[in-house]
Amino acid sequence: MTVGDRGSGLPLDPTFPDSSFLALLEHNGIQPTWDVDTSGVLPDVPDGTTVLALRYRDGVAMAGDRRATAGNVIAHRRVKKVYPADQYAAVAISGTAGMAIELIKLFQTELEHYEKIEGSRLSLEGKANYLARLVRGHLPLAFQGLVIVPLLCGYDERDQEGRLYTFDVVGGRYEEQDYATTGSGGAEARSFLKAIYREDLPEADALNAAVEALVAAAEEDAATGGPDIRRGIYPNLVTVTADGFREIETEQVGDIAASVMEGRP
Amino acid sequence: MSMPFYVPPEQLMNDRAEFAQKGIARGRPIVFVEYAAGVLLIGENPGSSLHKLSEIYDRVAFAGVGRFNEFESLRVAGVRYADLKGYSYGRGDVTAKGLANAYSQTMGQIFTHEVKPYEVEVLVAEVGDGPVDTSIFRIRYDGNLATEHDFGAIGGDHDELAGLLEAGYVEQSPLEDALRLATSSLEASYERTITDADYEAAVLDRNLDRRIFRRVTEDEIGSARG
Repeated sequence: MTVGDRGSGLPLDPTFPDSSFLALLEHNGIQPTWDVDTSGVLPDVPDGTTVLALRYRDGVAMAGDRRATAGNVIAHRRVKKVYPADQYAAVAISGTAGMAIELIKLFQTELEHYEKIEGSRLSLEGKANYLARLVRGHLPLAFQGLVIVPLLCGYDERDQEGRLYTFDVVGGRYEEQDYATTGSGGAEARSFLKAIYREDLPEADALNAAVEALVAAAEEDAATGGPDIRRGIYPNLVTVTADGFREIETEQVGDIAASVMEGRP
Repeated sequence: MSMPFYVPPEQLMNDRAEFAQKGIARGRPIVFVEYAAGVLLIGENPGSSLHKLSEIYDRVAFAGVGRFNEFESLRVAGVRYADLKGYSYGRGDVTAKGLANAYSQTMGQIFTHEVKPYEVEVLVAEVGDGPVDTSIFRIRYDGNLATEHDFGAIGGDHDELAGLLEAGYVEQSPLEDALRLATSSLEASYERTITDADYEAAVLDRNLDRRIFRRVTEDEIGSARG
């Protein structure tokens, strides 16, 4: 009888000294999996669209619109695409929403699990590499059109600066210098950011730029939702600085959105 | 065929209990004190890179005394139990009560089935939104599970410590007072002084967001002790 077999279900197994949560799930055979029958036709499932991140003076800002589309239908108006990864990192998703949200939950749990077991946080680079591994694991599904493309940004506690990473479907991980976007409206948001980006922007300007880039994307891309003042739906907007992860209050995002919309040509 | 010598079950259990108690008594104790914002856990742990206090989940903390490798494996098992449960169901479904029961089952099994019982005693604390929502569980080497409240100690001379704490305990006191009470009781029990740096202390502070476990710094201990 091994110690791991106790009736209580307490996972007390000295032969399994790993600090990874995913390894623990796999050890127990309960990791999240999606088996797709390649011969079948998958109905339209909700896709998350435009998210972006940019570096500014104090760290990084990240924003995402709130729309999810399934084919040409608006599936959800209030989807959240920007999440805290841990105290010093934020992660945003575009692609198949259901799988991406599960992937983020796993990523968050992994980071917290590691931190508790080891007594210290993963480095920002470690977090990026780990996320790349999760994305790579989804590669077979990308061939079925179920694509997940995240963005990761965070404050590097060692180098004391904000950093951001983009990913591709094969798990490629690229560090970006200034700004990064992904999703269907990503190209539009990127060209907007390219036009106005300067190094060491103050926070207020960075937040304005993030929201306006989403507005610009929503004007050109049907799958990206702009600020909906009538329903009070505004982009998710967060920052990560030396003080950690901070979600900007809805009222403040509403004010930023209103002033941005006012100034649009 | 040779027959094993008959040992009466009472004798067997008593021997095992005595063995475990001796091991635990050799270790340094951990004191817990409820204060206005939650629960304080503190003990002497020089060069505390090997922690005796730990976060298990959002509102749940762990303290262990006795053999380090044994309570460390219990701590890791607790983190795994909590993260698996929180991931599979919801974050609110991870409770100190569930964890304490799991510890109790596991330690009871080890006490009766393994070659050697664990020489550890474990404390699981959870702090809810209000003062009445605090729950503290003590799990002994044999799986015996008891609820605790207000103040107490595990390991070392815990009865003497409980007496010292009782003399100075005030309900709903600020953290500084709780720190002063705990450190003075520990020093009285040891009959020597302990430097601020040699304490390991942590709180579950209900004023914090989501993950409410926080380590108390050396400076905080120093300024509380004046």
